[in-house]
Amino acid sequence: MENLSKYDQVFISNLQVTQGMLSTLTYQSVPAWDSVGHMGLIAQLEEAFDIMIDTDDIIDFSSYQKGKEIIAKYGITL
Amino acid sequence: MIFSENHLVPFNNHLVAITDDGFRFSYAELQGWNKELYEQVGHRCLVFNLCTNSIESLVGYTTFIGNGIVPLLLDAGLDKELLDELILRYQPEYLWIPESRSSEFSNYSCIYEFKGYQLLKTSFNCNFQLYNELALLFATSGSTGSPKLVRISYRNLEANAQSIAEYLNITSDERPITVLPMNYSFGLSIINSHLLKGATLLLTNRSLMEKEFWALIKNEKATSFSGVPYTFEMLHKLRFFRMDLPYLRTLTQAGGKLNLHLTQEFANYCQQSGKRFFVMYGQTEATARMSYLPSDWSVTKAGSMGIAIPGGEFHLIDENQNIIWEPNTVGELVYKGSNVSLGYAMERTDLLKGDENQGVLFTGDLATRDEDGCYYIVGRKKRFIKLFGNRVNLDETEQILKTLIHDCACVGVDDQMIIYITDEARMKETQDYIALKTGIHHKAFKVRCIDKIPKNTSGKTIYSNLETV
Repeated sequence: MENLSKYDQVFISNLQVTQGMLSTLTYQSVPAWDSVGHMGLIAQLEEAFDIMIDTDDIIDFSSYQKGKEIIAKYGITL
Repeated sequence: MIFSENHLVPFNNHLVAITDDGFRFSYAELQGWNKELYEQVGHRCLVFNLCTNSIESLVGYTTFIGNGIVPLLLDAGLDKELLDELILRYQPEYLWIPESRSSEFSNYSCIYEFKGYQLLKTSFNCNFQLYNELALLFATSGSTGSPKLVRISYRNLEANAQSIAEYLNITSDERPITVLPMNYSFGLSIINSHLLKGATLLLTNRSLMEKEFWALIKNEKATSFSGVPYTFEMLHKLRFFRMDLPYLRTLTQAGGKLNLHLTQEFANYCQQSGKRFFVMYGQTEATARMSYLPSDWSVTKAGSMGIAIPGGEFHLIDENQNIIWEPNTVGELVYKGSNVSLGYAMERTDLLKGDENQGVLFTGDLATRDEDGCYYIVGRKKRFIKLFGNRVNLDETEQILKTLIHDCACVGVDDQMIIYITDEARMKETQDYIALKTGIHHKAFKVRCIDKIPKNTSGKTIYSNLETV
């Protein structure tokens, strides 16, 4: 639970979105989630969970939901 | 002439473009479509070309340039209000526009469709004369919708494309992937220099952060890649040095100064892996390119913007306009060459003006030259910064912001603008507004609240009293 709120918080602070928007959020669905925003998002997730996300996962990280699956691969239970 | 039938026919059986959805188009097909589109317009006039990295946008551009129609190249995502202002000011006869945006112009009629694009006839029918050498118009700052345009001639286009093709040694075997938008002079220079030689463009609007982009690079064996400093920061983040891309032979970087550390890393990596790395310098006012650092020197001269492109020359001048001959002395960089634009336009009647620059460009950049003749940019005279490769004039963003908040001042460094305001309650609104209007990521804008914007007795903002970092 704590991890999930950490995960959500990274999105909210980086992409200027509200909690209610998260479940359907995808890459480029809001102006702030462009390539610049993506890089900031990934960097902050890596920092928050102390992990190093692989290139293939960075470019596969296409939505809030997809990101949950990816984070789980690094042993983080949301 | 570039993109005329005579130029394109020799490449008939070559591929001109491959898109990320798997379509392949030949130079022969391109010419067929060019003919069709030209028949719809039929005469020399002004057209707004709303650009994407797509076959439609490419067909529009080559049709217009090859047939004496003058396009103003704009970002297809340009804010509607800013676009309307440009339309009123310059009165184009047609818009070449993605279907997804044509509903915003319901008062104009669609007279031709090609795949996802439409040719809209505007309400303007003026038989305005255009200066006969005028080939195309660039916006000086794509994101602020500035009415100030750069006037480019046919000679400019051809000279710069020819020169770039020469120093990069471009052949018809090349397959550059589009990273940059085609309405951006750097992005367009890649298209021009490769079409000149019959090469194949890999067209995509996908960003580096999407797997479809990398699938296109790998599957279609992209041979070169070009980017602005921010692109190289993203490559680094994506651990580019660990990727296996044997066909990718050339990396070119321009659009601002890449930090020295990354420049060295990319130079070393390319040297070790048999790739070529070119750091280059240019401005829209010179069509695109003015200098390049030969890739053999990329390690030993890291941090330098290199030497003038073939056909061009540089010198430095001091405050009294005298040429500086001694090495390692700061002066304003001046460029001479046949790619120097005709001049600016601020309104419709300026499109009649001739060559005001006469081949000489005062760049506004401060530079030094070392003993070997390599140049180094050290600063800027003008009030603009680059945000993720977009040139942004600080006075123009102030003007945009003043419609929202009267008392403000913009300063900053590349990739970080700082906006000073005096009303603490409006900081977030200010950041949201400028990000929306410019279409640039909100992280590029930092808003700070101060008691008072420092001004001199005549009411002008004293920018030197505002911290820029």
